[in-house]
Amino acid sequence: MAALTVRQRTGWTTANLVVVILALIPVLWLVSLSLKTPAAVTDPSIWPSQWTWGNYSGILQSSQFLRPLVNSIGIGLISTAVSVALASMAAYAIARLSFPGKSVLIGLALLIAMFPLIALVTPMFTIERALGLFNTWFGLIIPYVAFGLPLGIYTLSAFFREIPWELEKAAKMDGATPFQAFTMVIAPLAAPGMVTTAILVFLACWNDFLLAISFTSTISSRTAPAAMEYFSGGSVFTTPTGPISAAAVVITIPIIIFVLFFQRRIVAGLTSGAVKG
Amino acid sequence: MSTTVPATGATTTPAHAKPKRARAQLSEGAKADRRLAFWLCAPAVLVMIAVTGYPLIYAVILSLERYNLELPQDTKFIGFANYGAVLTSQYWWQALWVTLIITAISVGITFVLGMLLAEVLHRTVFFRGGVRTISLIPYGIVTVAAAYSWQFAWTPNEGYLSAAFNNGAPLTNQVEAIAVIIVAEIWKTTPFMGLLLLAGLSLVPDDLLRAARVDGATPWQAFTRITLPLMKPAILVALLFRTLDSFRIFDNIFILTSGNNGTASVSTLGYDNLFNALNLGIGSTIAILIFICVAIIAVIFILGFGTAAPGSDAGKR
Repeated sequence: MAALTVRQRTGWTTANLVVVILALIPVLWLVSLSLKTPAAVTDPSIWPSQWTWGNYSGILQSSQFLRPLVNSIGIGLISTAVSVALASMAAYAIARLSFPGKSVLIGLALLIAMFPLIALVTPMFTIERALGLFNTWFGLIIPYVAFGLPLGIYTLSAFFREIPWELEKAAKMDGATPFQAFTMVIAPLAAPGMVTTAILVFLACWNDFLLAISFTSTISSRTAPAAMEYFSGGSVFTTPTGPISAAAVVITIPIIIFVLFFQRRIVAGLTSGAVKG
Repeated sequence: MSTTVPATGATTTPAHAKPKRARAQLSEGAKADRRLAFWLCAPAVLVMIAVTGYPLIYAVILSLERYNLELPQDTKFIGFANYGAVLTSQYWWQALWVTLIITAISVGITFVLGMLLAEVLHRTVFFRGGVRTISLIPYGIVTVAAAYSWQFAWTPNEGYLSAAFNNGAPLTNQVEAIAVIIVAEIWKTTPFMGLLLLAGLSLVPDDLLRAARVDGATPWQAFTRITLPLMKPAILVALLFRTLDSFRIFDNIFILTSGNNGTASVSTLGYDNLFNALNLGIGSTIAILIFICVAIIAVIFILGFGTAAPGSDAGKR
Protein backbone atom coordinates (compact mmCIF):
# COMPACT_ATOMS: atom_id res chain seq x y z
CA MET A 1 0.00 0.00 0.00
CA ALA A 2 3.04 2.24 -0.28
CA ALA A 3 1.59 3.41 -3.57
CA LEU A 4 -0.88 5.72 -1.79
CA THR A 5 -0.40 9.32 -2.83
CA VAL A 6 -0.49 12.16 -0.33
CA ARG A 7 -3.89 13.15 -1.68
CA GLN A 8 -5.31 9.66 -1.20
CA ARG A 9 -3.82 9.51 2.25
CA THR A 10 -5.50 12.76 3.30
CA GLY A 11 -8.71 11.59 1.68
CA TRP A 12 -8.90 8.34 3.64
CA THR A 13 -7.81 10.04 6.86
CA THR A 14 -10.58 12.61 6.48
CA ALA A 15 -13.07 9.83 5.77
CA ASN A 16 -11.93 8.05 8.92
CA LEU A 17 -12.26 11.21 10.95
CA VAL A 18 -15.79 11.76 9.69
CA VAL A 19 -16.73 8.19 10.63
CA VAL A 20 -15.25 8.56 14.11
CA ILE A 21 -16.90 11.93 14.78
CA LEU A 22 -20.32 10.84 13.54
CA ALA A 23 -20.16 7.66 15.61
CA LEU A 24 -19.06 9.42 18.78
CA ILE A 25 -21.04 12.68 18.98
CA PRO A 26 -24.32 11.27 20.34
CA VAL A 27 -22.34 9.27 22.91
CA LEU A 28 -20.26 12.29 23.96
CA TRP A 29 -23.46 14.31 24.26
CA LEU A 30 -24.80 11.76 26.76
CA VAL A 31 -21.54 11.82 28.71
CA SER A 32 -21.64 15.62 28.74
CA LEU A 33 -25.26 15.74 29.94
CA SER A 34 -24.51 13.24 32.67
CA LEU A 35 -21.73 15.48 34.01
CA LYS A 36 -23.74 18.70 33.92
CA THR A 37 -25.26 20.20 37.03
CA PRO A 38 -29.05 20.63 36.86
CA ALA A 39 -28.50 24.34 36.22
CA ALA A 40 -26.05 23.66 33.40
CA VAL A 41 -28.37 21.22 31.62
CA THR A 42 -30.16 24.13 29.97
CA ASP A 43 -26.91 25.11 28.26
CA PRO A 44 -26.81 23.42 24.84
CA SER A 45 -23.04 23.37 24.52
CA ILE A 46 -21.39 19.95 24.49
CA TRP A 47 -18.71 21.10 26.92
CA PRO A 48 -20.38 21.34 30.39
CA SER A 49 -20.16 24.81 31.97
CA GLN A 50 -20.51 23.35 35.49
CA TRP A 51 -19.35 19.83 36.30
CA THR A 52 -20.75 17.36 38.80
CA TRP A 53 -20.60 13.65 39.60
CA GLY A 54 -23.96 14.08 41.34
CA ASN A 55 -25.96 12.31 38.64
CA TYR A 56 -23.80 9.20 38.96
CA SER A 57 -23.75 9.11 42.74
CA GLY A 58 -27.50 9.72 42.64
CA ILE A 59 -28.41 6.79 40.39
CA LEU A 60 -25.83 4.45 41.91
CA GLN A 61 -27.40 4.97 45.35
CA SER A 62 -30.94 4.55 44.12
CA SER A 63 -32.56 1.13 44.06
CA GLN A 64 -34.60 2.46 41.13
CA PHE A 65 -31.48 2.01 39.03
CA LEU A 66 -29.27 -0.44 40.94
CA ARG A 67 -31.86 -3.19 41.14
CA PRO A 68 -32.69 -3.01 37.40
CA LEU A 69 -28.96 -3.00 36.66
CA VAL A 70 -28.57 -6.23 38.65
CA ASN A 71 -31.62 -7.64 36.83
CA SER A 72 -30.13 -6.73 33.46
CA ILE A 73 -26.84 -8.42 34.26
CA GLY A 74 -28.44 -11.52 35.81
CA ILE A 75 -31.11 -12.00 33.15
CA GLY A 76 -28.58 -11.29 30.39
CA LEU A 77 -26.02 -13.78 31.71
CA ILE A 78 -28.51 -16.60 32.34
CA SER A 79 -30.22 -16.13 28.97
CA THR A 80 -26.86 -16.04 27.21
CA ALA A 81 -25.57 -19.16 28.95
CA VAL A 82 -28.71 -21.20 28.20
CA SER A 83 -28.99 -19.94 24.62
CA VAL A 84 -25.36 -20.60 23.76
CA ALA A 85 -25.49 -24.06 25.34
CA LEU A 86 -28.61 -25.08 23.39
CA ALA A 87 -27.48 -23.36 20.21
CA SER A 88 -24.07 -25.01 20.24
CA MET A 89 -25.70 -28.45 20.46
CA ALA A 90 -27.92 -27.71 17.48
CA ALA A 91 -25.12 -25.99 15.56
CA TYR A 92 -22.86 -28.99 16.10
CA ALA A 93 -25.51 -31.24 14.61
CA ILE A 94 -25.96 -28.88 11.65
CA ALA A 95 -22.26 -28.53 10.98
CA ARG A 96 -21.13 -32.09 11.56
CA LEU A 97 -23.92 -34.61 11.24
CA SER A 98 -26.09 -35.54 8.35
CA PHE A 99 -29.72 -35.94 9.29
CA PRO A 100 -33.09 -35.36 7.64
CA GLY A 101 -34.82 -32.07 8.43
CA LYS A 102 -31.66 -30.03 8.62
CA SER A 103 -32.93 -27.45 6.16
CA VAL A 104 -36.22 -27.27 8.07
CA LEU A 105 -34.29 -26.48 11.23
CA ILE A 106 -32.29 -23.75 9.50
CA GLY A 107 -35.48 -22.34 7.99
CA LEU A 108 -37.11 -22.32 11.42
CA ALA A 109 -34.18 -20.43 12.90
CA LEU A 110 -34.32 -17.90 10.07
CA LEU A 111 -38.07 -17.52 10.54
CA ILE A 112 -37.64 -16.80 14.24
CA ALA A 113 -34.79 -14.37 13.61
CA MET A 114 -37.23 -12.39 11.48
CA PHE A 115 -40.16 -12.75 13.88
CA PRO A 116 -41.80 -9.42 14.71
CA LEU A 117 -41.45 -9.23 18.49
CA ILE A 118 -44.62 -7.19 18.92
CA ALA A 119 -46.63 -10.10 17.51
CA LEU A 120 -45.42 -12.09 20.48
CA VAL A 121 -46.06 -9.49 23.14
CA THR A 122 -49.86 -9.63 23.32
CA PRO A 123 -50.30 -13.42 23.51
CA MET A 124 -47.16 -13.88 25.63
CA PHE A 125 -48.37 -11.23 28.09
CA THR A 126 -51.58 -13.21 28.57
CA ILE A 127 -49.74 -16.53 28.85
CA GLU A 128 -47.19 -15.18 31.32
CA ARG A 129 -49.91 -13.78 33.54
CA ALA A 130 -51.69 -17.12 33.54
CA LEU A 131 -48.49 -19.02 34.39
CA GLY A 132 -47.33 -16.55 37.03
CA LEU A 133 -44.25 -15.67 34.97
CA PHE A 134 -45.22 -12.05 34.52
CA ASN A 135 -42.81 -9.67 36.25
CA THR A 136 -40.28 -12.42 37.06
CA TRP A 137 -36.75 -13.04 35.78
CA PHE A 138 -37.95 -16.17 34.00
CA GLY A 139 -40.62 -14.20 32.21
CA LEU A 140 -37.81 -12.43 30.35
CA ILE A 141 -35.24 -15.22 30.26
CA ILE A 142 -37.52 -17.58 28.33
CA PRO A 143 -38.16 -15.26 25.36
CA TYR A 144 -34.54 -14.04 25.42
CA VAL A 145 -33.30 -17.62 25.13
CA ALA A 146 -35.72 -18.29 22.28
CA PHE A 147 -34.61 -15.22 20.35
CA GLY A 148 -30.94 -15.77 21.16
CA LEU A 149 -31.12 -19.26 19.65
CA PRO A 150 -31.36 -18.37 15.94
CA LEU A 151 -28.48 -15.92 16.29
CA GLY A 152 -26.51 -18.56 18.17
CA ILE A 153 -27.30 -21.39 15.76
CA TYR A 154 -26.30 -19.31 12.74
CA THR A 155 -23.11 -17.90 14.14
CA LEU A 156 -21.99 -21.14 15.76
CA SER A 157 -22.67 -23.41 12.81
CA ALA A 158 -20.55 -21.08 10.67
CA PHE A 159 -17.73 -21.33 13.20
CA PHE A 160 -18.16 -25.09 13.67
CA ARG A 161 -17.84 -25.72 9.93
CA GLU A 162 -14.30 -24.40 10.06
CA ILE A 163 -13.15 -26.76 12.80
CA PRO A 164 -10.96 -29.56 11.36
CA TRP A 165 -13.05 -32.70 10.89
CA GLU A 166 -10.06 -35.03 11.11
CA LEU A 167 -9.51 -34.41 14.80
CA GLU A 168 -12.98 -35.65 15.57
CA LYS A 169 -12.52 -38.73 13.38
CA ALA A 170 -9.22 -39.41 15.08
CA ALA A 171 -10.89 -39.19 18.48
CA LYS A 172 -13.61 -41.60 17.34
CA MET A 173 -10.99 -43.99 16.02
CA ASP A 174 -9.34 -43.84 19.41
CA GLY A 175 -12.62 -45.09 20.83
CA ALA A 176 -14.46 -41.92 21.75
CA THR A 177 -18.25 -41.91 21.45
CA PRO A 178 -19.78 -39.11 19.34
CA PHE A 179 -20.70 -37.39 22.61
CA GLN A 180 -17.13 -37.61 23.91
CA ALA A 181 -15.82 -36.38 20.59
CA PHE A 182 -18.10 -33.39 21.05
CA THR A 183 -17.27 -32.50 24.62
CA MET A 184 -13.55 -33.34 24.63
CA VAL A 185 -12.33 -32.48 21.15
CA ILE A 186 -14.68 -30.14 19.38
CA ALA A 187 -15.87 -28.04 22.31
CA PRO A 188 -12.41 -26.68 23.23
CA LEU A 189 -11.74 -25.90 19.56
CA ALA A 190 -15.11 -24.20 19.37
CA ALA A 191 -14.50 -21.98 22.40
CA PRO A 192 -13.56 -18.82 20.44
CA GLY A 193 -16.72 -19.07 18.35
CA MET A 194 -18.76 -19.65 21.47
CA VAL A 195 -17.29 -16.58 23.17
CA THR A 196 -18.18 -14.49 20.13
CA THR A 197 -21.68 -15.89 20.03
CA ALA A 198 -22.11 -15.30 23.74
CA ILE A 199 -21.16 -11.64 23.29
CA LEU A 200 -23.63 -11.16 20.44
CA VAL A 201 -26.45 -12.86 22.36
CA PHE A 202 -25.66 -10.90 25.52
CA LEU A 203 -25.69 -7.63 23.59
CA ALA A 204 -29.09 -8.53 22.16
CA CYS A 205 -30.53 -9.27 25.63
CA TRP A 206 -28.89 -6.18 27.14
CA ASN A 207 -30.37 -4.05 24.36
CA ASP A 208 -33.95 -5.33 24.53
CA PHE A 209 -36.58 -2.80 25.48
CA LEU A 210 -39.93 -3.95 24.11
CA LEU A 211 -40.11 -7.25 26.02
CA ALA A 212 -38.59 -5.65 29.11
CA ILE A 213 -41.29 -2.99 29.41
CA SER A 214 -44.05 -5.41 28.42
CA PHE A 215 -43.38 -8.29 30.79
CA THR A 216 -42.31 -6.41 33.92
CA SER A 217 -44.16 -4.07 36.25
CA THR A 218 -41.81 -3.40 39.18
CA ILE A 219 -38.08 -3.02 39.78
CA SER A 220 -37.94 -6.64 41.00
CA SER A 221 -37.50 -7.76 37.39
CA ARG A 222 -37.41 -4.59 35.28
CA THR A 223 -34.15 -4.29 33.32
CA ALA A 224 -32.01 -1.15 33.12
CA PRO A 225 -33.19 0.15 29.71
CA ALA A 226 -36.81 -0.19 30.84
CA ALA A 227 -36.12 1.44 34.21
CA MET A 228 -34.81 4.75 32.86
CA GLU A 229 -38.31 5.73 31.82
CA TYR A 230 -39.42 5.66 35.45
CA PHE A 231 -36.75 8.01 36.82
CA SER A 232 -38.22 11.02 38.53
CA GLY A 233 -37.08 14.59 38.05
CA GLY A 234 -36.89 17.40 40.58
CA SER A 235 -40.58 17.98 40.06
CA VAL A 236 -43.30 16.37 37.98
CA PHE A 237 -42.63 18.89 35.24
CA THR A 238 -38.89 18.47 34.82
CA THR A 239 -37.37 15.67 32.80
CA PRO A 240 -34.63 13.94 34.82
CA THR A 241 -32.16 14.59 32.03
CA GLY A 242 -29.04 14.24 34.19
CA PRO A 243 -29.92 10.94 35.87
CA ILE A 244 -31.21 9.40 32.61
CA SER A 245 -28.00 10.40 30.82
CA ALA A 246 -25.86 9.00 33.63
CA ALA A 247 -27.83 5.73 33.53
CA ALA A 248 -27.48 5.62 29.74
CA VAL A 249 -23.73 6.07 30.07
CA VAL A 250 -23.50 3.37 32.74
CA ILE A 251 -25.32 0.81 30.57
CA THR A 252 -23.22 1.82 27.57
CA ILE A 253 -19.84 1.36 29.28
CA PRO A 254 -19.92 -2.47 29.31
CA ILE A 255 -20.75 -2.41 25.60
CA ILE A 256 -17.82 -0.15 24.82
CA ILE A 257 -15.50 -2.39 26.85
CA PHE A 258 -16.82 -5.48 25.02
CA VAL A 259 -16.36 -3.78 21.69
CA LEU A 260 -12.84 -2.60 22.57
CA PHE A 261 -11.65 -6.04 23.59
CA PHE A 262 -13.58 -8.21 21.17
CA GLN A 263 -13.79 -5.99 18.09
CA ARG A 264 -12.33 -8.62 15.77
CA ARG A 265 -14.51 -11.37 17.21
CA ILE A 266 -17.68 -9.31 17.00
CA VAL A 267 -16.98 -8.47 13.37
CA ALA A 268 -16.22 -12.11 12.59
CA GLY A 269 -19.36 -13.27 14.42
CA LEU A 270 -21.72 -10.79 12.84
CA THR A 271 -20.47 -11.41 9.35
CA SER A 272 -20.15 -15.18 9.60
CA GLY A 273 -23.61 -15.51 11.08
CA ALA A 274 -25.31 -13.28 8.60
CA VAL A 275 -23.30 -13.68 5.43
CA LYS A 276 -21.95 -17.19 5.64
CA GLY A 277 -25.35 -18.38 6.83
CA MET B 1 -15.60 -21.75 1.80
CA SER B 2 -19.24 -21.01 1.25
CA THR B 3 -19.99 -17.41 1.90
CA THR B 4 -23.67 -16.83 1.32
CA VAL B 5 -26.96 -17.75 2.83
CA PRO B 6 -27.97 -19.88 -0.14
CA ALA B 7 -24.82 -21.85 0.56
CA THR B 8 -26.52 -23.08 3.72
CA GLY B 9 -29.06 -24.75 1.52
CA ALA B 10 -26.24 -26.23 -0.50
CA THR B 11 -24.63 -27.90 2.49
CA THR B 12 -27.95 -29.35 3.53
CA THR B 13 -28.96 -30.78 0.18
CA PRO B 14 -26.98 -33.99 0.64
CA ALA B 15 -29.08 -34.84 3.70
CA HIS B 16 -32.20 -33.80 1.88
CA ALA B 17 -31.46 -35.47 -1.40
CA LYS B 18 -30.57 -38.79 0.18
CA PRO B 19 -32.77 -41.27 -1.71
CA LYS B 20 -35.30 -43.19 0.34
CA ARG B 21 -34.00 -46.60 -0.61
CA ALA B 22 -30.77 -45.73 1.17
CA ARG B 23 -32.63 -45.83 4.44
CA ALA B 24 -32.53 -49.61 4.69
CA GLN B 25 -28.78 -49.59 4.20
CA LEU B 26 -28.02 -46.90 6.77
CA SER B 27 -24.91 -47.92 8.61
CA GLU B 28 -24.75 -48.13 12.39
CA GLY B 29 -22.70 -44.93 12.37
CA ALA B 30 -25.25 -43.03 10.31
CA LYS B 31 -28.02 -44.17 12.64
CA ALA B 32 -26.03 -43.03 15.65
CA ASP B 33 -25.47 -39.70 13.90
CA ARG B 34 -29.17 -39.26 13.36
CA ARG B 35 -30.06 -40.15 16.94
CA LEU B 36 -27.43 -37.76 18.25
CA ALA B 37 -28.56 -35.02 15.87
CA PHE B 38 -32.13 -35.45 17.07
CA TRP B 39 -31.19 -35.11 20.72
CA LEU B 40 -28.85 -32.20 20.06
CA CYS B 41 -31.47 -30.24 18.14
CA ALA B 42 -34.53 -31.14 20.20
CA PRO B 43 -34.03 -28.65 23.07
CA ALA B 44 -33.38 -25.68 20.78
CA VAL B 45 -36.31 -26.53 18.50
CA LEU B 46 -38.59 -27.10 21.48
CA VAL B 47 -37.77 -23.72 23.03
CA MET B 48 -38.10 -21.84 19.74
CA ILE B 49 -41.46 -23.41 18.92
CA ALA B 50 -42.81 -23.08 22.47
CA VAL B 51 -41.96 -19.39 22.65
CA THR B 52 -43.06 -18.37 19.16
CA GLY B 53 -45.33 -21.02 17.66
CA TYR B 54 -47.68 -21.46 20.57
CA PRO B 55 -48.18 -17.73 21.27
CA LEU B 56 -48.70 -17.16 17.56
CA ILE B 57 -51.53 -19.69 17.46
CA TYR B 58 -52.90 -18.19 20.67
CA ALA B 59 -52.74 -14.73 19.07
CA VAL B 60 -54.79 -16.00 16.14
CA ILE B 61 -57.45 -17.23 18.59
CA LEU B 62 -57.38 -13.98 20.61
CA SER B 63 -57.70 -11.96 17.41
CA LEU B 64 -61.05 -13.64 16.73
CA GLU B 65 -62.42 -12.66 20.13
CA ARG B 66 -63.77 -9.53 21.71
CA TYR B 67 -61.49 -9.45 24.73
CA ASN B 68 -60.85 -6.36 26.80
CA LEU B 69 -59.00 -6.76 30.09
CA GLU B 70 -61.27 -4.14 31.62
CA LEU B 71 -64.36 -6.13 30.67
CA PRO B 72 -63.19 -9.76 30.85
CA GLN B 73 -66.75 -11.07 31.39
CA ASP B 74 -67.67 -9.60 28.01
CA THR B 75 -65.23 -11.90 26.14
CA LYS B 76 -66.84 -13.49 23.12
CA PHE B 77 -65.97 -15.08 19.78
CA ILE B 78 -66.67 -12.50 17.09
CA GLY B 79 -65.02 -13.94 13.98
CA PHE B 80 -63.20 -11.46 11.82
CA ALA B 81 -64.81 -8.36 13.32
CA ASN B 82 -61.50 -7.25 14.89
CA TYR B 83 -59.80 -7.45 11.52
CA GLY B 84 -62.58 -5.34 10.05
CA ALA B 85 -62.18 -2.82 12.85
CA VAL B 86 -58.41 -2.55 12.43
CA LEU B 87 -58.40 -2.54 8.63
CA THR B 88 -60.97 0.24 8.49
CA SER B 89 -59.18 2.30 11.16
CA GLN B 90 -57.19 5.28 9.98
CA TYR B 91 -54.74 4.69 12.86
CA TRP B 92 -53.68 1.34 11.44
CA TRP B 93 -53.16 2.68 7.93
CA GLN B 94 -51.34 5.75 9.20
CA ALA B 95 -49.07 3.59 11.38
CA LEU B 96 -48.44 1.23 8.47
CA TRP B 97 -47.52 4.12 6.17
CA VAL B 98 -45.29 5.72 8.80
CA THR B 99 -43.56 2.37 9.34
CA LEU B 100 -43.12 1.76 5.61
CA ILE B 101 -41.78 5.27 5.03
CA ILE B 102 -39.33 5.02 7.93
CA THR B 103 -38.26 1.57 6.73
CA ALA B 104 -37.79 2.55 3.08
CA ILE B 105 -35.93 5.80 3.73
CA SER B 106 -33.77 4.57 6.59
CA VAL B 107 -32.81 1.30 4.86
CA GLY B 108 -32.07 3.16 1.61
CA ILE B 109 -29.84 5.75 3.24
CA THR B 110 -28.26 3.19 5.56
CA PHE B 111 -27.37 1.10 2.53
CA VAL B 112 -25.57 3.99 0.82
CA LEU B 113 -23.80 5.07 4.03
CA GLY B 114 -23.04 1.45 4.92
CA MET B 115 -21.42 1.00 1.52
CA LEU B 116 -19.30 4.12 2.08
CA LEU B 117 -18.40 2.91 5.57
CA ALA B 118 -17.47 -0.51 4.20
CA GLU B 119 -15.24 1.13 1.58
CA VAL B 120 -13.59 3.30 4.24
CA LEU B 121 -13.02 0.32 6.54
CA HIS B 122 -11.81 -1.81 3.64
CA ARG B 123 -9.36 0.67 2.15
CA THR B 124 -8.13 2.41 5.27
CA VAL B 125 -4.59 1.69 6.34
CA PHE B 126 -4.13 3.74 9.49
CA PHE B 127 -5.78 2.88 12.81
CA ARG B 128 -7.88 0.26 11.08
CA GLY B 129 -8.69 -1.44 14.37
CA GLY B 130 -9.42 1.84 16.13
CA VAL B 131 -11.78 3.09 13.43
CA ARG B 132 -13.56 -0.27 13.31
CA THR B 133 -13.97 -0.31 17.08
CA ILE B 134 -15.40 3.20 17.20
CA SER B 135 -17.69 2.61 14.24
CA LEU B 136 -19.08 -0.40 16.14
CA ILE B 137 -20.23 1.73 19.08
CA PRO B 138 -23.56 2.75 17.51
CA TYR B 139 -24.26 -0.93 16.83
CA GLY B 140 -23.48 -1.93 20.41
CA ILE B 141 -25.10 0.95 22.28
CA VAL B 142 -28.49 0.25 23.83
CA THR B 143 -31.07 1.71 21.43
CA VAL B 144 -32.93 3.33 24.30
CA ALA B 145 -29.77 5.10 25.53
CA ALA B 146 -29.09 6.44 22.04
CA ALA B 147 -32.73 7.47 21.68
CA TYR B 148 -32.48 9.55 24.86
CA SER B 149 -29.36 11.20 23.46
CA TRP B 150 -31.30 12.21 20.34
CA GLN B 151 -34.31 13.32 22.35
CA PHE B 152 -32.24 15.57 24.63
CA ALA B 153 -30.30 16.87 21.64
CA TRP B 154 -33.57 18.08 20.09
CA THR B 155 -35.03 19.57 23.29
CA PRO B 156 -35.46 23.32 22.66
CA ASN B 157 -33.13 25.54 24.74
CA GLU B 158 -31.21 22.50 25.99
CA GLY B 159 -30.01 20.40 23.09
CA TYR B 160 -27.07 21.05 20.78
CA LEU B 161 -28.99 20.04 17.67
CA SER B 162 -31.99 22.17 18.54
CA ALA B 163 -29.64 25.10 19.21
CA ALA B 164 -28.00 24.53 15.85
CA PHE B 165 -31.40 24.62 14.12
CA ASN B 166 -32.88 27.85 15.50
CA ASN B 167 -34.13 26.28 18.73
CA GLY B 168 -36.56 24.16 16.74
CA ALA B 169 -38.74 21.53 18.41
CA PRO B 170 -38.95 18.95 15.61
CA LEU B 171 -40.37 16.23 17.84
CA THR B 172 -43.71 18.05 18.07
CA ASN B 173 -44.30 18.01 14.33
CA GLN B 174 -45.14 14.87 12.35
CA VAL B 175 -42.83 15.24 9.37
CA GLU B 176 -39.89 16.60 11.34
CA ALA B 177 -40.32 14.01 14.10
CA ILE B 178 -40.28 11.22 11.51
CA ALA B 179 -37.10 12.74 10.07
CA VAL B 180 -35.50 12.73 13.54
CA ILE B 181 -36.57 9.11 14.04
CA ILE B 182 -35.08 8.17 10.68
CA VAL B 183 -31.78 9.88 11.56
CA ALA B 184 -31.67 7.98 14.87
CA GLU B 185 -32.31 4.70 13.02
CA ILE B 186 -29.65 5.42 10.43
CA TRP B 187 -27.05 6.31 13.05
CA LYS B 188 -27.75 3.12 14.99
CA THR B 189 -27.82 0.68 12.09
CA THR B 190 -25.22 1.92 9.62
CA PRO B 191 -22.35 0.06 11.35
CA PHE B 192 -24.20 -3.26 11.12
CA MET B 193 -24.96 -2.67 7.44
CA GLY B 194 -21.36 -1.55 6.90
CA LEU B 195 -19.96 -4.72 8.47
CA LEU B 196 -22.19 -7.03 6.45
CA LEU B 197 -21.23 -5.20 3.27
CA LEU B 198 -17.57 -5.20 4.30
CA ALA B 199 -17.69 -8.99 4.48
CA GLY B 200 -19.03 -9.02 0.92
CA LEU B 201 -16.55 -6.40 -0.21
CA SER B 202 -13.55 -8.33 1.02
CA LEU B 203 -14.57 -11.17 -1.32
CA VAL B 204 -14.11 -8.99 -4.39
CA PRO B 205 -10.65 -9.83 -5.73
CA ASP B 206 -8.39 -6.79 -5.91
CA ASP B 207 -6.78 -8.17 -9.08
CA LEU B 208 -10.08 -7.95 -10.91
CA LEU B 209 -10.51 -4.29 -9.99
CA ARG B 210 -6.92 -3.54 -10.97
CA ALA B 211 -7.38 -5.32 -14.29
CA ALA B 212 -10.48 -3.26 -14.96
CA ARG B 213 -8.61 -0.06 -14.21
CA VAL B 214 -5.83 -1.09 -16.56
CA ASP B 215 -8.46 -1.70 -19.24
CA GLY B 216 -9.58 1.90 -18.80
CA ALA B 217 -12.59 1.59 -16.48
CA THR B 218 -13.33 4.56 -14.23
CA PRO B 219 -13.54 3.85 -10.48
CA TRP B 220 -17.33 4.28 -10.71
CA GLN B 221 -17.54 1.79 -13.59
CA ALA B 222 -15.38 -0.67 -11.68
CA PHE B 223 -17.68 -0.25 -8.67
CA THR B 224 -20.98 -0.67 -10.54
CA ARG B 225 -19.85 -3.33 -13.03
CA ILE B 226 -17.61 -5.48 -10.82
CA THR B 227 -17.95 -4.75 -7.11
CA LEU B 228 -21.75 -4.48 -6.91
CA PRO B 229 -22.57 -7.60 -8.97
CA LEU B 230 -20.04 -9.68 -7.01
CA MET B 231 -21.50 -8.39 -3.76
CA LYS B 232 -25.10 -9.11 -4.70
CA PRO B 233 -25.61 -11.99 -2.25
CA ALA B 234 -24.13 -10.02 0.65
CA ILE B 235 -26.23 -6.99 -0.30
CA LEU B 236 -29.44 -9.01 -0.39
CA VAL B 237 -28.76 -10.51 3.03
CA ALA B 238 -27.92 -7.12 4.52
CA LEU B 239 -31.02 -5.49 3.03
CA LEU B 240 -33.30 -8.32 4.15
CA PHE B 241 -32.03 -8.21 7.74
CA ARG B 242 -32.21 -4.43 7.89
CA THR B 243 -35.64 -4.15 6.29
CA LEU B 244 -37.28 -6.66 8.60
CA ASP B 245 -35.54 -5.13 11.59
CA SER B 246 -36.54 -1.62 10.62
CA PHE B 247 -40.14 -2.68 10.04
CA ARG B 248 -40.28 -3.72 13.71
CA ILE B 249 -39.13 -0.24 14.84
CA PHE B 250 -40.25 0.41 18.39
CA ASP B 251 -37.58 1.68 20.81
CA ASN B 252 -36.66 4.89 19.01
CA ILE B 253 -40.27 5.95 18.46
CA PHE B 254 -41.32 5.01 21.97
CA ILE B 255 -38.61 7.20 23.53
CA LEU B 256 -38.56 10.03 21.01
CA THR B 257 -42.28 10.71 20.51
CA SER B 258 -44.23 7.91 22.25
CA GLY B 259 -45.97 7.62 18.90
CA ASN B 260 -47.64 11.02 19.32
CA ASN B 261 -48.25 13.55 16.53
CA GLY B 262 -48.88 10.86 13.96
CA THR B 263 -45.54 9.10 14.39
CA ALA B 264 -46.83 5.74 15.67
CA SER B 265 -45.38 2.67 13.95
CA VAL B 266 -47.28 -0.59 13.73
CA SER B 267 -45.30 -1.87 16.71
CA THR B 268 -46.03 1.11 18.97
CA LEU B 269 -49.68 0.93 17.87
CA GLY B 270 -49.84 -2.73 18.90
CA TYR B 271 -48.17 -1.91 22.20
CA ASP B 272 -50.61 0.93 22.95
CA ASN B 273 -53.59 -1.25 22.21
CA LEU B 274 -52.38 -3.80 24.70
CA PHE B 275 -51.08 -1.66 27.55
CA ASN B 276 -53.12 1.52 27.30
CA ALA B 277 -56.39 0.28 25.84
CA LEU B 278 -55.95 -3.18 27.42
CA ASN B 279 -57.66 -4.58 24.35
CA LEU B 280 -56.25 -8.07 23.82
CA GLY B 281 -58.49 -8.80 20.84
CA ILE B 282 -57.48 -5.74 18.82
CA GLY B 283 -53.86 -5.98 20.03
CA SER B 284 -53.65 -9.58 18.79
CA THR B 285 -55.26 -8.63 15.49
CA ILE B 286 -52.58 -5.99 14.98
CA ALA B 287 -49.94 -8.55 15.94
CA ILE B 288 -51.21 -11.01 13.32
CA LEU B 289 -51.38 -8.29 10.65
CA ILE B 290 -47.77 -7.29 11.43
CA PHE B 291 -46.75 -10.91 11.17
CA ILE B 292 -48.42 -11.13 7.74
CA CYS B 293 -46.63 -7.93 6.62
CA VAL B 294 -43.27 -9.33 7.72
CA ALA B 295 -44.01 -12.59 5.92
CA ILE B 296 -44.83 -10.66 2.72
CA ILE B 297 -41.58 -8.65 2.94
CA ALA B 298 -39.60 -11.84 3.58
CA VAL B 299 -41.21 -13.61 0.59
CA ILE B 300 -40.42 -10.66 -1.68
CA PHE B 301 -36.78 -10.78 -0.62
CA ILE B 302 -36.53 -14.55 -0.88
CA LEU B 303 -37.88 -14.32 -4.42
CA GLY B 304 -35.07 -11.78 -4.91
CA PHE B 305 -32.63 -14.33 -3.49
CA GLY B 306 -33.94 -16.83 -5.98
CA THR B 307 -32.30 -15.00 -8.85
CA ALA B 308 -29.02 -14.98 -6.93
CA ALA B 309 -29.56 -18.43 -5.47
CA PRO B 310 -26.41 -20.14 -6.73
CA GLY B 311 -24.73 -17.61 -4.45
CA SER B 312 -21.34 -19.23 -4.24
CA ASP B 313 -21.25 -19.51 -8.04
CA ALA B 314 -21.90 -15.78 -8.35
CA GLY B 315 -18.22 -15.20 -7.70
CA LYS B 316 -17.25 -17.11 -10.83
CA ARG B 317 -19.64 -15.45 -13.25
